[in-house]
Amino acid sequence: MLEIKNLHVKLQEEDKVILRGVDLKIGAGEVHAIMGPNGSGKSTLSYVLSGRDGYEVTDGSATLDGQELLEMEPEARAAAGLFLAFQYPVEIPGVGNMTFLRTAVNAQRKARGEEEMSAGDFLKVVRAKAKTLKIDADMLKRPVNVGFSGGEKKRNEILQMAMLEPKMCILDETDSGLDVDAMKLVSEGVNALRDAGRSFLVITHYQRLLDHIKPDVVHIMAAGRIIRTGGPELALEVEQNGYADILAEVV
Amino acid sequence: MALAAAKQDALAARLGGLARHTGGWLGAAQADALARLTAMGLPTKRDEYWRYSDPSSLTAAVATPAAVFDAGDESPVFDVIDRLKIVFVDGVFDAALSDDLALAGVEIERLADAAGADIHWAQGLYGVLETRGQSPVQRPLAALNTAFATDGVLIRVTGKAAKPVGITYIHRDPTSDVMLHHCIKLEAGAELTLTENGPAAARFTKVLEVEIADGARFHHIRAQGRDHERRAATHIFARLGAEALFKSFTLTANGRLTRNECVIELVGDDSKAHVAGAAMGDGDFHHDDTVFITHQGQRCESRQVFKKVLKNGAVGVFQGKILVKQGAQKTDGYQISQSLLLDGDSQFLAKPELEIYADDVKCSHGSTSGAIDETALYYMRSRGVPLKAAQSLLVLAFLAEAIAEIEDEAIADDIRDRLEGWLARHEH
Repeated sequence: MLEIKNLHVKLQEEDKVILRGVDLKIGAGEVHAIMGPNGSGKSTLSYVLSGRDGYEVTDGSATLDGQELLEMEPEARAAAGLFLAFQYPVEIPGVGNMTFLRTAVNAQRKARGEEEMSAGDFLKVVRAKAKTLKIDADMLKRPVNVGFSGGEKKRNEILQMAMLEPKMCILDETDSGLDVDAMKLVSEGVNALRDAGRSFLVITHYQRLLDHIKPDVVHIMAAGRIIRTGGPELALEVEQNGYADILAEVV
Repeated sequence: MALAAAKQDALAARLGGLARHTGGWLGAAQADALARLTAMGLPTKRDEYWRYSDPSSLTAAVATPAAVFDAGDESPVFDVIDRLKIVFVDGVFDAALSDDLALAGVEIERLADAAGADIHWAQGLYGVLETRGQSPVQRPLAALNTAFATDGVLIRVTGKAAKPVGITYIHRDPTSDVMLHHCIKLEAGAELTLTENGPAAARFTKVLEVEIADGARFHHIRAQGRDHERRAATHIFARLGAEALFKSFTLTANGRLTRNECVIELVGDDSKAHVAGAAMGDGDFHHDDTVFITHQGQRCESRQVFKKVLKNGAVGVFQGKILVKQGAQKTDGYQISQSLLLDGDSQFLAKPELEIYADDVKCSHGSTSGAIDETALYYMRSRGVPLKAAQSLLVLAFLAEAIAEIEDEAIADDIRDRLEGWLARHEH
């Protein structure tokens, strides 16, 4: 599904190198987690994959089902099936949540040569999906993320994911700022989307989220590279001992 | 004090080909206006009030020709609204295109038809609010209009108008130079919605005087027509009694020079006046909103909401003033003027002013200009919304606060749909 090879990235404006050769391969239906200390490049990886400005890829590649992502515009990556759930979902005053969702769904359908969803069908689907995420009609009407609580913003990200039905979902610290109940709700939303054709890359600091969204593979990232890969037990190890031991091993 | 020779010459040149109504109540009113104008002279760029907008093409002896815009197969704005239609083609009333001027709760008459009478209700309004509006700032183009308007509409509203009145200004002659003057009088408790649309002429000078008695409500929605080369100087003068409502929204897209002045007096207590504008300019576009709101009554509310989207060297101007007179306690004044600059070439000039002589008031003003929110753009694109569509959504979102001032949802939707269409077709 997603294959990252030897990815090197620096900040465009400065000579600051952030990713120093990331290699990562996620198969269809798999759930991978990336953990790592602050500043290791986890969020940068998610931004670069989704096409945010400000980064320069100096080497390497990232493909989604064989398609080179790094040369595509952000909207084309989305249409190809990539989705990033933001750590800090962006507020867009004046743009209704529902309008935004429908525009996005239909833009992707159009880009893929599929028929656009009618207003009626869209409404039916969005209402059903919103209900399972406990998103009420008022939240759908309000401007995108404006005045939403931290938990509401994250639930809204998952709703977008559910509506857009991407193949490759990247969750960037989706657990940050969530209380226990909200985390459970968000995790259930994610788990409901798990299937053989859809893969996940879960970026998190805490093992706790991985109790709810159970990963197949866990990677540890540090200083712009993946330094260790293992099973779910790796996350437990980090939770108990911190990163010091793992980092020491590598050095 | 006598006018400088240069000003006298400029005025004489401008008045050269113009004819006034003579006789009747209108003849007298126009003669008075000419005397006011002669004392003031025409504005020049040196006048403080015209510092950001050069009035020379508005005061020139001859109007600069303006090509007529081809809107393609797009239906005219407000066509979906059931309204009594009054049509002027290059300033000339067109009976064939207009409806019968009959509407329950409303008396409608053309200015040119009413002019010859010895007495008329409009005597108490025509040029009267304009004269009051000449102080503390002179508005010579309004006096010019009062002195030489060829026609216009006189509307007296006694009840709740059965449907909106819509004035459409068609522009066909690339050299047309038009002056129209409307008077609207809403009796106590009456209610009217007025729509205005169309470019009107190569050069359009217009005055609208509105008297809103106690408890009356006036809604005004205007779309100024999209001829790129047209020029316009418009004035609204409104006076409100107690518990009255005045709401005006203007959409301006294109036009080489537009100066929209709005002068409002809140005389009675507990009234509300809202003025809003949404403007989209691309290239050779200069748009000026100049507003002056006077609070005299107590517990009145005024709102000014002006939004401009500018690109390719377009220029936006906002001069907005709230004057709170002594005794106008519990005034609630709000003023916001914002521009969205889509590139580095465009310019927004704002001069917000508050002048307050009462001690228990709430007045706020804000003015910003900024670029489009790159983070929001990225967020939308990451969801699959193409760049252009994402920009359009953000532009519409930026204008939303101004459009929200329109109470009639069908009219607001019509405005929104049009903006969406223009943006989708990259006409801006």
